[in-house]
Amino acid sequence: MNTKRKGKDFCIFALPGLFCFLAVVIVPFLYGVYLTLTDWNGVSSVKNFVGLKNFAAMAKDAQFWSSLVLTFKYVIAVVVLVNVLAFLIAYLLTRGFKGQNFFRAGFFTPNLIGGIVLGYIWQFVFSRVFVSIGEATDWNLFEISWLSKPNTAFAAMVLVTVWQLSGYMILIYVAGFTGLDTEVMEAASIDGASGWKKMKNIILPLMMPSITICLFLTLSRAFMVYDVNLSLTGGAPYGSTEMAAMHVYEKAFTSRQFGTGQAEAIVLFLIVACISGIQVYITKKKEVAA
Amino acid sequence: MNSSSGVQKRSVRTFAMAGMILIFIAYMFPFLMVVINSLKQKRDIIKSPFSWLFTVKGLSFDNFVKAFNQMDFLNAIKNSLIITVSATAIVTILAAMLAYFIVRNNNMLTRIIFALMVASMIIPFQAIMIPLVSIYGGTLNLLNHRLTLIFMHVGFSMSMTVFMFHGFIRGSVPIALEEAAYLDGCTHTQTFFKIVFPLLKPIMSTTLILNALAFWNDFLLPSLVLTDKKLLTLPLSTYSFYGTYSADYGTIMAGLLLCVVPLLILYIALQKQIINGVVAGAVK
Repeated sequence: MNTKRKGKDFCIFALPGLFCFLAVVIVPFLYGVYLTLTDWNGVSSVKNFVGLKNFAAMAKDAQFWSSLVLTFKYVIAVVVLVNVLAFLIAYLLTRGFKGQNFFRAGFFTPNLIGGIVLGYIWQFVFSRVFVSIGEATDWNLFEISWLSKPNTAFAAMVLVTVWQLSGYMILIYVAGFTGLDTEVMEAASIDGASGWKKMKNIILPLMMPSITICLFLTLSRAFMVYDVNLSLTGGAPYGSTEMAAMHVYEKAFTSRQFGTGQAEAIVLFLIVACISGIQVYITKKKEVAA
Repeated sequence: MNSSSGVQKRSVRTFAMAGMILIFIAYMFPFLMVVINSLKQKRDIIKSPFSWLFTVKGLSFDNFVKAFNQMDFLNAIKNSLIITVSATAIVTILAAMLAYFIVRNNNMLTRIIFALMVASMIIPFQAIMIPLVSIYGGTLNLLNHRLTLIFMHVGFSMSMTVFMFHGFIRGSVPIALEEAAYLDGCTHTQTFFKIVFPLLKPIMSTTLILNALAFWNDFLLPSLVLTDKKLLTLPLSTYSFYGTYSADYGTIMAGLLLCVVPLLILYIALQKQIINGVVAGAVK
């Protein structure tokens, strides 16, 4: 009687949600691992088992490796800049001046809007507004559109991502700063800690939980960047700004090499999982109890 | 001594305030450009994108009319609304029930289910999209239906939503209330919907906001599922609109502004809830 009722409860409460999850996440994930061992082209109903050939093709896909290197550079630049900037702005915002909530809400605005729209807005800013500034002022930096040369187009990607993500991280750092125990802060000041010393020895260690979260969020978002990449540069000029996630998409859906594309997607997943795992492990260890 | 440090403190504060205002203006600059140029014609935009002054052709709302029609704006908004509202509602109910079941039946099976869900949160969408298209497009032939997209949104957001409900139910829903309900003769289903579900309101505002924002703005998944022009969501129709009109700056700016305005209105109305929801979602 009891097990029968348990079974009925399971079907009513757990099964519908579990079914969606399994059908959309777990089954495709496992099937994806299988796909890497086949030569499926996306259309034919025949899938031949080809062993590790797709991984060999991946090893030879020079563009994949260059997109991966580019993604690494991008992730490092974004993670450092976003967190430094957001930390500083959040610190200033919590110094107790008026309008703190207004600023906080304003900085967050870009996160409400999808990456596609943001990318297009900035495309206009880079290709028309900045160029106009360059023409009017003879300022070399802006004379030609940033999006037309590989290095500046990369810088544009970083700039837009930092602009967007920092608003989100500001929220988390502000929550961290407002949660700091005022008694600890006062005690530190009375003991003569001030300025950089107070920041390094008292504030930073106490802020480690917020830093763990922000690093994790920026890392995983930056690694999987796609929307802004697509709408801001589209990989141009000459595929020089094509990040890893975009390359995987192109490989599978444009070149129709689904097996190789999936092999690259799995490798990308493993890299992201390892790096975020290591990051969380390291920063968690640095967390202290107040 | 005391007063001089007070003066110093005040000047530091003024300095910080000034810096903050400058940074803030820099942050808002792109939006300002969109607003200004959405009312101008192409020639005036190229000549000077900075202001409303000195235009040859003057200012008008023509761009908005054009963008509104070319994007099929009403239809795109309708599609986005249908998909966002139904997916958010379904995932909220199903995830709350699943999380409740896991918390109240602590055994091997539920522990495995929960661990699997938590572990799956690290999988990026790109590692799933190719087999997803292969299964739902090839074998089952279910692409180009709104229901398919809703189902996938629900599936992808399930683990995160269950995780948040799970923490909340375990921490703040007392089992005594449920026991009283059973004594009064309620079934499990009645107890859940009449007693437990209303208690979940605080965490629900967080999951609702996070899920709705994610569904509304998602581009990659909808672009793989929906290609029929009638079904396009707002980000998708923005994308195809931009592809066609990318040189027509004024119309583009008006179109982008049309996409942003509904969100801004909602943001101004629900600012506090949205910010609290996002912070709570990230910290958990």
